[in-house]
Amino acid sequence: MKDGATRDGYGAALVQLGKSHANLVVLDSGVSDSTRTKQFGEEFPDRFFNMGISEGDMVCTAAGLARTGKVAFATSFACFLLGRTMDQVLVSIAYSNSNVKLAGTHTGLAVGEDGPSAQMIVDLAYTRAMPNMTVIQPADWEEAVQATKALANYFGPAYIRLGRQKLNGIYDSSYNFQIGKASIVREGSDVVIFATGSLVQESLLAADLMQSKSISTTVVNISTLKPLDESLIIRESKKHMAVITAEDHNIIGGLGDAICQVLTNNQIALPFKSIAVGDRFAETGSGSELYEKYGLSSTHIIEAIKNVFSKKTI
Amino acid sequence: MENTVLTEKKLLELQIVARDLRRKILNVIFHAGSGHPGGSLSATDILTALYFGGILRYDPKNPNDPKRDRFILSKGHASALMYCVLAKAGYFSEDKLWDYRKIGSELFLSGHPHPKTPGVEIASGSLGQGLSVAHGIALGARIDKLNYNVYVVLGDGEIQEGQIWEAAMSAAKFNSNNLIAIIDNNKVAQDNLTEDLKNIEPLIDKWEAFGWDTYRINGHNMEEIMNTLLTPMDSVKPRLIIADTIKGKGVSFMEGNKSWHGVAPSEDDLNKALTELE
Repeated sequence: MKDGATRDGYGAALVQLGKSHANLVVLDSGVSDSTRTKQFGEEFPDRFFNMGISEGDMVCTAAGLARTGKVAFATSFACFLLGRTMDQVLVSIAYSNSNVKLAGTHTGLAVGEDGPSAQMIVDLAYTRAMPNMTVIQPADWEEAVQATKALANYFGPAYIRLGRQKLNGIYDSSYNFQIGKASIVREGSDVVIFATGSLVQESLLAADLMQSKSISTTVVNISTLKPLDESLIIRESKKHMAVITAEDHNIIGGLGDAICQVLTNNQIALPFKSIAVGDRFAETGSGSELYEKYGLSSTHIIEAIKNVFSKKTI
Repeated sequence: MENTVLTEKKLLELQIVARDLRRKILNVIFHAGSGHPGGSLSATDILTALYFGGILRYDPKNPNDPKRDRFILSKGHASALMYCVLAKAGYFSEDKLWDYRKIGSELFLSGHPHPKTPGVEIASGSLGQGLSVAHGIALGARIDKLNYNVYVVLGDGEIQEGQIWEAAMSAAKFNSNNLIAIIDNNKVAQDNLTEDLKNIEPLIDKWEAFGWDTYRINGHNMEEIMNTLLTPMDSVKPRLIIADTIKGKGVSFMEGNKSWHGVAPSEDDLNKALTELE
């Protein structure tokens, strides 16, 4: 199991894919050293397009390339990749069903010191709301590699949500990522946590610490946020006494809402708590300080586990 | 583009095609009960030259031929024009045009184009995106070592979108000389004269400064349109053609009149217009 940032897994996978997929092209908007597309650009200069600081132009150019049979990975900091291009992504990519993969790095409060204008916490809401759009967030380096490869072999618009911060390795090369499949990374029996991205790691930490309190916790990695692995979510929820969701994203429009919808549509009534950013902008500070202050750290997940567990008999 | 000899006869034929298209456009918009006549009529001569003057290489029997020239209508509200041209070019039967803007339209003849319709490359309707998309296709041709051209028609009001200028810089950066943008410069937008909304001139100076070869022509003079489109692509730069046009061209009471931007004609207006276009 390899520790590392998901952006690094993405960049490494692109270089491998460049060799096997002659129709793969990569675009960036002037931040290729940070998004890790730079190495692809050095190895495959004819299939790398640095469009400069113009994200709307970049995503539509990617759509044009896709119309010629390319699988186009358009990459930038998520704030700008999506924040500046909702209309372009909706019309030229989602509605046109263009084979473009949007790769947004530097997501969530984990970005830290650059402050709220750089901390993308609404991207899952943006992308989940678009018809045709697949939405993926890997939880470690290995999953980022595999998810990138899976997207290169999948036809259709997709968003992959990547992070800058180093994450503990969860998977080794025996793991088999599949679009639309969630994976159980820890088996328990009392409370189930559906987590995504960096919060999988926080949830595993919390689950470890809860063992001493005799509360047994399951952790499920929801790496495909759309389409959701509904059957697994329903099955695991029914096996437990309470449900928690965990994400580094605003509490509106992300994983918490998605899971709520599955539970309510299937008449599953259980104590429930969403761990997410509480519909407010954070501030500057280190990622771990922000996780602590804005409710995303393992400490908060532990509180949530105790809280929902105490309500299990309602 | 193929070797086309521009004879008097050919020009006359194209003028007749353009007149028939204008009649068809007004008929389908009337039948649909909504649509955009003004900007469809202004671009009719340009699309006539492209599709029926031997400029675009296309095969309606094989709309996805990788070697085809590409055409993108970035000003997607002129969809009535696009569909009438595609039907005339043989992509589908003219009978289908009566589905325009109707629910359940088999060929998805939506208010704005979508690639479900044969001959349409990408969805448009949100202004400002088509030049970037066209440029992406032009870059794809380079990767595939294919020598097709990509033509895109922009509205003059559309030039107010910032993304147009992003794309203009990109195409110059990549020396995309298989990209030809044509501005349907009808000078009238929905609300107002384009220059009163926000002045887009001097167009030549701006596009030259952005690294493009530029041409300025009368967008209703078929000979000028054809001669410009037939000018060999021998520069490393992308090409811009400013086609000065008249909104609502061909119908006296629509010409230059912003109130015909997005309104269907009444039966009376339709009949008057068709009489003028005989």
